[in-house]
Amino acid sequence: MAVTMNTRASTQAAVRGGLVSGKRDVKGILFASATLACLLLALLMLVLLMWEVVSQAIPVFDRRGFSFLTGELGSNPDEVGVSQGLWGSLIIAVFVIGLSFPIGIAAGVYLEEYAKPTRFTRFIQLNIRNLAGIPSVVYGILGLVVFVQGIKFFTGGRSIIAAGITLAILVLPIIIITTTEAIRAVPAGLREAGMGVGATRWESTRDHVLPYAAPGILTGTMLAIARALGEAAPLILIGAITGALRSAPGQGLVDKLQGKFTAMPIVIYGWSNEVNKPGKETGLTFTDLTSAAIVVLLVMVLLLNVAAILLRNRFEKGRQG
Amino acid sequence: MRALLFVAATVSILISVLIVWTLFSEAWTFISGLMNDATITVKRDGTREVELPQGLGGLVDDGARPGWYPRDGRFDLPTIVLGTLIVSGISIVVAAPLGLGAAIFLSEYARPGLRRWLKPILEVLAGVPSVVFGFFALRFLGPDVIQPLFDTRTPTGLLVTGVAIGILVTPLMASISEDSLRSVPSALREASYGIGARKSTTVAKIVIPAAVSGIIAALIVSVSRAIGETMVAALASGALGQAPRTVHPTDTGLTMTAAMAQLASGSDQVVGSGLAFQSLFFVGAVLFVMTMILNLFAARVVERFRNKY
Repeated sequence: MAVTMNTRASTQAAVRGGLVSGKRDVKGILFASATLACLLLALLMLVLLMWEVVSQAIPVFDRRGFSFLTGELGSNPDEVGVSQGLWGSLIIAVFVIGLSFPIGIAAGVYLEEYAKPTRFTRFIQLNIRNLAGIPSVVYGILGLVVFVQGIKFFTGGRSIIAAGITLAILVLPIIIITTTEAIRAVPAGLREAGMGVGATRWESTRDHVLPYAAPGILTGTMLAIARALGEAAPLILIGAITGALRSAPGQGLVDKLQGKFTAMPIVIYGWSNEVNKPGKETGLTFTDLTSAAIVVLLVMVLLLNVAAILLRNRFEKGRQG
Repeated sequence: MRALLFVAATVSILISVLIVWTLFSEAWTFISGLMNDATITVKRDGTREVELPQGLGGLVDDGARPGWYPRDGRFDLPTIVLGTLIVSGISIVVAAPLGLGAAIFLSEYARPGLRRWLKPILEVLAGVPSVVFGFFALRFLGPDVIQPLFDTRTPTGLLVTGVAIGILVTPLMASISEDSLRSVPSALREASYGIGARKSTTVAKIVIPAAVSGIIAALIVSVSRAIGETMVAALASGALGQAPRTVHPTDTGLTMTAAMAQLASGSDQVVGSGLAFQSLFFVGAVLFVMTMILNLFAARVVERFRNKY
């Protein structure tokens, strides 16, 4: 009796084991967990970075308040601020919008709507892809030689004009590529419907294709501006100011645009290398100030990024349904 | 209208021509300077020593302590090329597994709802400016993680730089690999399940091999990005415009990009050889050629993988 019970129990166990535990794919679970761990580790870095920066920046905003945004570059951690960096970054954004946006969209429209698949068209496309892969510091050399030294009469040398044009060129491939992608996603029927009622190619592009592709183009432009705002390497080559920068009173706009300049990422670069002595009044070090400047830059860049991602997701969803 | 749009499209060609022309004409000025200019070095005791033109041999320092000392007229190219190779090597060791793993999870395991949240967060990580990573490496990763872990002499160095750039290119690696994994037709997966293969087997033996060219392209693009990354190297590599040649990742050193950035930011104070500032353009040209070859190679790989399905 006891023996039969035993045999039955062990048989049951064996069958259950064969059905249940044997099916548990240990290796597979380990593999899946490993891939999840990779993703989480990458995200953990983001969290660490944010934590590190924000926790150091809070006392700066707490003790300095608004004066941190209105102050100028200098060597006294009690007084310095990022106003000139903000101004520089703003002008750079204006250059990107004013130069890269029209040229990029025009180039994208030409490549998708007008260009015949000739060898020359393929060459332009390959060329644009290559431009997108060139390190930003190389664009800095272009800016230094062509815009700082070459057309000094216009840019005034190491100025925000030279920096703005250089960064506009740097992000031009991004805008062209996202524009062509957005236009490619426009259903052919839309275009043909326009031309079917007698519109020219340009009229059909202007009234049908571009409005439909607008969210995609806008997404690309926002990413491009964000990229331009965060770039520091080309500005270093062009000669942005990392140390003290006093703004002379009574300067006209042209003088200001042609004069010495800086931008948010350069302020961060300069302050990162600054001696770490706490200020007498506020007790803030340049490391704290750098963190605060990073927060200011990240707010600008990440807001643009998040807006671009939301815009894209929203329209992707809307069109699938 | 057509003509106007055409002109806009050719702007990109104008830009390329300008880049190539500036880089190589200025680089040529440097090379011809090496060939023709005599350098005068002032020794520590005040005596002057006139050296004959270095010639192309000036690009490889064969002295007892070779290194990149542009202000002394010593341009040892191997120093900064080695620095760049070490840093980008380390960064790819970090970014390849992290990025590929994240891509596999997002493409094969994550439920659509989860993926909709995780992917944008990863894209946000890709949007963080590189100078921020430089600061992160300089103030946190170096002193608090790498130095205690690897017992390096200084909190800055090639290792920290490589790890930080690795974190920086991980989202890029993940994004391109994920695109190529997702473009594998689901029929391939279903066929694999149909003959009784497990999920993990399907991923490892079917999906990854099918997407391998896209993954290779992702690797090449990441390497290219790591080679060209400037701000992290300028902040965290620990050298200030000059460095001895080294092959040890735990040492401080210089990458090509850091050498350029530091030459440029010190351009007002460049003393010694007049060639020092010109070397900037030569290094830029070498960097341009390196990344260009990698990018063209990646484009070819992608072309092949696009034709596959």
